Amino acid sequence: MNATVNTVLFGIYPYVAITVLILGCIIRYDREQYTWRSQSSQLLRRRQLIWGSVLFHVGILVVFLGHLVGLLTPIAIFDALGIGHGFKQMASMAVGGAAGVISLLGGLILLHRRLTDSRVRKTSSFSDIAILALLNLQLIIGLGTVFASFSHLDGSEMVKFMAWAQGLYTFDLAAASYIQDVHWVYKLHLFLGLTIFLVFPFTRLVHMLSAPLRYFWRSGYQVVRARDRRARGSARAS
Amino acid sequence: MKVRAQIGKVLNLDKCIGCHTCSVTCKNVWTNREGMEYAWFNNVETKPGIGYPKDWENQKRWNGGWTRKKSGKIQPKMGAKWRIIAKIFANPDLPEIDDYYEPFTFDYDHLQSAPEMEATPTARPRSLITGERMEKIEWGPNWEEILGGEFAKRSKDYNFEGVEKEIYGAFENSFMMYLPRLCEHCLNPTCVAACPSGAIYKREEDGIVLIDQEKCRGWRMCVSGCPYKKIYYNWDSGKSEKCTFCYPRIESGQPTVCSETCVGRIRYLGVMLYDADRIEEAASAKEETDLYKAQCDIFLDPNDPEVIAQARKDGVPEAWLEAARQSPVWKMAMEWQVAFPLHPEYRTLPMVWYVPPLSPIQSAAEAGQIGIDGEMPDVRSLRIPMRYLANLLTAGEEEPVVQGLERMLAMRAFMRAKTIDGVIDESIAAKVGLTGQQILDMYQTMAIANYEDRFVIPTSHREVEEDAYDLRGSCGFSFGNGCSDGMSDVGLFGKRKASRVTKGADH
Repeated sequence: MNATVNTVLFGIYPYVAITVLILGCIIRYDREQYTWRSQSSQLLRRRQLIWGSVLFHVGILVVFLGHLVGLLTPIAIFDALGIGHGFKQMASMAVGGAAGVISLLGGLILLHRRLTDSRVRKTSSFSDIAILALLNLQLIIGLGTVFASFSHLDGSEMVKFMAWAQGLYTFDLAAASYIQDVHWVYKLHLFLGLTIFLVFPFTRLVHMLSAPLRYFWRSGYQVVRARDRRARGSARAS
Repeated sequence: MKVRAQIGKVLNLDKCIGCHTCSVTCKNVWTNREGMEYAWFNNVETKPGIGYPKDWENQKRWNGGWTRKKSGKIQPKMGAKWRIIAKIFANPDLPEIDDYYEPFTFDYDHLQSAPEMEATPTARPRSLITGERMEKIEWGPNWEEILGGEFAKRSKDYNFEGVEKEIYGAFENSFMMYLPRLCEHCLNPTCVAACPSGAIYKREEDGIVLIDQEKCRGWRMCVSGCPYKKIYYNWDSGKSEKCTFCYPRIESGQPTVCSETCVGRIRYLGVMLYDADRIEEAASAKEETDLYKAQCDIFLDPNDPEVIAQARKDGVPEAWLEAARQSPVWKMAMEWQVAFPLHPEYRTLPMVWYVPPLSPIQSAAEAGQIGIDGEMPDVRSLRIPMRYLANLLTAGEEEPVVQGLERMLAMRAFMRAKTIDGVIDESIAAKVGLTGQQILDMYQTMAIANYEDRFVIPTSHREVEEDAYDLRGSCGFSFGNGCSDGMSDVGLFGKRKASRVTKGADH
């Protein structure tokens, strides 16, 4: 790949995508919070959703957390812990591959449901269908990279991606050059991933930022709201 | 003791004529929008029947309300917090829209545009979700109207528990009553407890339970948590919505729309004072049959000087204390004990109570004589079985319902004696544990039911509770941002979808 195109796609585009992601989410949360929701269609059609949604979400959470930890943790930490590059790659391929298959299975069920079930199809917006298709495509390409990885099991290619990702958040201007010569399937996967970041604030994906973890440490069950400004916030009982 | 005030409600089922005016006026005001066509914040069901959504009272199926653990603590029947979160991707306890009904319109246009033909043109139904033809409408908010449908299906009604129901399938033994249903604005709401986002809350000043539409993320746990199935998921906006108790009206001292428009004048609104510190204790009562009494126990007597002093300390406005002393809800629920909570066994401590209906004497025709208990007919010979009413209102405990109905019969006997014979017969009142004066008050409130006796609603004190400066020029009730409805023709974050109903169809 031409070095200039490479720099544009993997040196500049990531910053554009992440800036849009962050600013878009802030603006949407601030200005249009009424549109901030998961947009579940379970009420309209239960069939296929239970299996599809559970498989998809469980799989994709594993995949997502794997990418997050695997790419953003500095290499030095893995080295200090004595985790070999080859071992880390094998682990990623095994866990990521399995979770990817589970997620894709669920994703395809959901896509089938969304496209063929009249109630769900008619109430879907363009972005609802597009983002689901995009995620399925990304899962397929992602599984493709697992196969590509069989040709170099020593972890050397993986280290390039770690260097690239860490180069991005340390504002290393040469970050894109680290992955100049990797297989095209990885580049396609990266590009599509960045594109998903780019469209993230304009889709229903924003619901993942509202994952209700706080529910676990909300004290008690009941929420009582006092209108009095001195008592504002939430007084909790029971 | 922590005194809180709530606007409570009583519905006198003895006078409900099943006209659905409450449902229709509520719908026109609150749920006449895309995504909410299927939702009725207020609906009137004919009992016995399985209701709307189908089988809503069967908590083995829907897991609504609370359950008491062996430790004596209560938790939502859906499970502990981690169990609720585990249902977030797909919620097995969520009804499907078909359990309510698929919303529809009719092809009215066809009636005018049809060419000349042999048969009269008809307006056939069309789905409001897909815009496609619907061959058959399967269910609705009042599908079993006046005992519609087979007894075999209707008798799946949960309230037949412990009743030998087979005989009630015969025409000459059948009975019915109307049950208008709305959000109970519970003291211990499961919807609030189950909401992972913390978007549902109970207002401290008047007890109204509301969903913050900005904070709701559509995890839809509240729909399952509510045992009355009175939270509705708006499939268009992706948010849950519920009865607001018409809070903008309540705040200005007006009755809710359903109450205002009730032609039978069966609805009462009034202040109830309760001890907020003892909510958990009351909801955790050991036996389900204790729950009605336990809830009565946390209501506070508005005439008790100690209660008044504490209420002042806790910031209950003076006008609210005065209203509490005049409250028709207090009188009916506590003083005369003729009103009861709907399904107290759900442990939500509901705040919309019901006066059970009297019914014709069952055995009169066949036996040629009435089971008379002194001057009054025995309430156990009424057509509606006591056990059925008790299952509905007191978790199966018949005694309180029997006493309530006897007091209502006593009121009739007392007033008959007064107006026909010109006698004040204190013995009738004494027999049911009341005084003549109390019966006269009951008559005034329940039979005459003047507007100002039914609705004793103090206005909210916004001047001390809110900064009016922030409110000036604001839009009041709206969706989305300030004065906009949150939707525009062009929008980055999703826009209103094109109407799915074909041209010519009428909403």
